[in-house]
Amino acid sequence: MIDGKRVLIIMPAWNEAEGVADVVKEVYATLPGVDVLVVDDGSADDTSRVARSAGATVMTLPYNLGVGGAMRAGYRYAYDRGYDVAIQVDADGQHDPRNVPELLARLDQGADLCMGARFAGTGDYETRGPRKWAMVVLAFWLSKMARTKLTDVTSGFRASNRDLIDVFAHWYPVEYLGDTVESTIAVVRAGYRVEQVPVAMRPRATGTPSQSPWKATLYLGRIGMILLLALSRRSALGPKGKTK
Amino acid sequence: MKLWMLTSVTGVFLVACIVELLRRRKLKEKYAFLWVLTGLVIIPLGFFPSGLDSVARAVGVRSGVSLLLFLSVAFLFIVCLQLSWEVGHLEEEGRTLSEEVALLRIDVQELQKQVAEHTTSADAAGRAGQGGLK
Repeated sequence: MIDGKRVLIIMPAWNEAEGVADVVKEVYATLPGVDVLVVDDGSADDTSRVARSAGATVMTLPYNLGVGGAMRAGYRYAYDRGYDVAIQVDADGQHDPRNVPELLARLDQGADLCMGARFAGTGDYETRGPRKWAMVVLAFWLSKMARTKLTDVTSGFRASNRDLIDVFAHWYPVEYLGDTVESTIAVVRAGYRVEQVPVAMRPRATGTPSQSPWKATLYLGRIGMILLLALSRRSALGPKGKTK
Repeated sequence: MKLWMLTSVTGVFLVACIVELLRRRKLKEKYAFLWVLTGLVIIPLGFFPSGLDSVARAVGVRSGVSLLLFLSVAFLFIVCLQLSWEVGHLEEEGRTLSEEVALLRIDVQELQKQVAEHTTSADAAGRAGQGGLK
């Protein structure tokens, strides 16, 4: 419980046995009163056991569903157990749990979804080339749609209130990038209030970021596809307040 | 060898496959109608491959065989699309099921833990009770 609210940290993890225990312990130490759900997305290593011994509840998926699939499963858990707030945090240690109270404060002030955003002043995260252009175009469009400044829509560090837990438990895009970009677009278009809080991303404790030029171009293409598809159809969600 | 021999033999073979698969219930009944219909088109065209010539000329194709080729490519394309759609649907169903299984597994683990706690405390109480009787 934090301020009378039941808060769940959802941590999708795929082959993160090395780092996940430290991240879970850090969350418990920084945020007493929260529950942590590690969604083991069909890992081949010891992720489940390690996370469980660190004190987290572990949901083990029978095969790899991808981040989006793992997240929807996590939101379903949050929905079934009646949590008031669900916060998505990466298992690789990129996201600093000390930023969570800021996200929670924004939800209290009436936001439905609050994202922790890089490039918003704090931290020294930098990208170059096609990846950067994609980010700039995306940020521009979404800021216009949401009528507020959104600089990092691909951020996987986000807090949702009860309404959006309900939405995400039933609808969450599975494909790579869809899970962050498409879900944000759909939520904005359905009229939910989306805000951001500047955060500094830490270097990953484990794993390496993908930054080859070929991958960056592919990334640009996929972002373009997602954007065009998302804009060409109506939001997959009903308007706010009319969820099924 | 004449063209009609090749096409009729192939046509009969394809229809035999369809009938046999339907008979063994390997093809879903919801598609049975479609496949029987396809068979009904294949057989006469197999025996008279030039039967479409007049229709072909009417729609601007020089020979019936070309028209048939065109139509079969279009047909296969639609079948492919339908199959991809079906695969996406199945994937989504599989995903939902695996979520459900993972959620149930958490429930089971929690219940097992509760049962274990319950039995140990009951054992302890039982032992204490016996001790009192002595």
